[in-house]
Amino acid sequence: MQYLLSVITAAPGLATDSEMAAIDVFNERLQSEGYWVFAGGLAEPSNATVIDNRGEAPIVSDGPFVESKEHLAGFWVIDAADLDVALELATAGSRACNRKVEVRPFQ
Amino acid sequence: MSGADAGEAISQIHHEEWARVVASLTRRFSDLDIAEDATAEAFATAVERWPVEGLPTNPGAWLTTTANRKAIDRLRREHKRDDKHKEAQIFYADDPPEPVGAIDDDRLRLIFTCCHPALALESRVALTLRLVGGLTVAEIARALLAQESAVGQRITRAKAKIKANNIPYRVPSADDLAARVSGVLAVLFLVFNEGYLATGSGTDPLRQELTAEAIRLTRLIHGLMPHDGEVAGLLALMLLIEARSSARLSAAGELVSLGEQDRGSWDPALVAEGHRLVRQRLAAKVTPGRYQILAAINAVHTSARDARDTDWSQVLALYDQLVRIDRSPIVALNRAIALAEVDGPGVALPVVDRLEHELAGYHAYHATRADLLRRLGHDSQARAAYDRAIELAGNAAERATLTRRRDQLR
Repeated sequence: MQYLLSVITAAPGLATDSEMAAIDVFNERLQSEGYWVFAGGLAEPSNATVIDNRGEAPIVSDGPFVESKEHLAGFWVIDAADLDVALELATAGSRACNRKVEVRPFQ
Repeated sequence: MSGADAGEAISQIHHEEWARVVASLTRRFSDLDIAEDATAEAFATAVERWPVEGLPTNPGAWLTTTANRKAIDRLRREHKRDDKHKEAQIFYADDPPEPVGAIDDDRLRLIFTCCHPALALESRVALTLRLVGGLTVAEIARALLAQESAVGQRITRAKAKIKANNIPYRVPSADDLAARVSGVLAVLFLVFNEGYLATGSGTDPLRQELTAEAIRLTRLIHGLMPHDGEVAGLLALMLLIEARSSARLSAAGELVSLGEQDRGSWDPALVAEGHRLVRQRLAAKVTPGRYQILAAINAVHTSARDARDTDWSQVLALYDQLVRIDRSPIVALNRAIALAEVDGPGVALPVVDRLEHELAGYHAYHATRADLLRRLGHDSQARAAYDRAIELAGNAAERATLTRRRDQLR
């Protein structure tokens, strides 16, 4: 079963060097233990562009779809047997990137 | 068999078998919804048929088999036959019931699933009462003083989250076990406390259906994990509190404090059982956790034939042990009450005063201060503290007691 681990942060700025080093160690673990599906770090939300093409013409707007105090800074997609395994990995991931992590299953 | 006898028997069997049937079906069908509904339908069938046909030789097996058939019927109705996974389960579902040992493990799995930390505490409480305790949604709503629709929704959402997230149906690994057991015990203690000291105004101050249910479920877990010290500790704690329940409310509807209770009306069987569990834990010589220490404190209280014979230095020593593992200000407040008995109210008062910033909104903080101030002869300060305690008290029985104490001041 696949889970999305979203990295949630309120602080601006990307991961520090020591956080990056810890994330690398965690990523290696995900890969060597067979949990890894995909992962990535995101640019600041101010770099986002929103497209709405539900109407007659696409509308392009600057900025994130919702302004909030906290935002998504990155994510992992993992393959784990059940939520207990996913939570254990999220616990290690949160420690590594030094940020909150939300665990959410794929449908 | 008369209808009344059958009704009595069915309610007894419901208590004994409900969790077993839900647990066994959950393992077989990997679906809490199906397990719950099919079990409820099986009991409804029993209520119709047993008074007429008599009790089956093995009611538990009859219920499991009937519930299994109901579950299969439902799966067929929902056209899930094309689902290979479900097909396999239907294929095996008419197997004879599992041996008792395996089913007991299932109940433990069920409890851990219902009390999973990914669920909100109030969802864990509702789900545990429904799936393990077998209470109806209406009964849970009444017990928790919540709207029936809200409780129903909470249970539905919790089951959906368990399914969507693949929350496992198993006893946690050894690494997680202590933390997860403590999560289960927190749910049960919350249920017990809600019955022991109901918070809603205008409700009965003691609601024995809740304390009894909490004890029944804790007893069940103790039976399944007899070597877990904290489970035994919580059971002993509940028994020693429950033993005093009939002495706890006066004819006038006031809460009677431990010191003023008629000790002759305590339940001697519950006291003896609680003491036995506490002695077993002492003999195990393992560092006790929170519930074991609380049980030991209650054992000291219930060992004194007269309130004046209470071994307060022993109580204080136990609280000293408790504050080291539980930093809660409420524990510190209770320790201060024991300190007042050992070293006097003058020593305890400044200790209590230091808790003000954390406990200013808690009636027992003000009630304790009021009592110490009264004993020190500071009557006007005591009166003010009683007033504040009465304002904050959660139910009528407590308010009545505090009002009487305040009015006894000069």
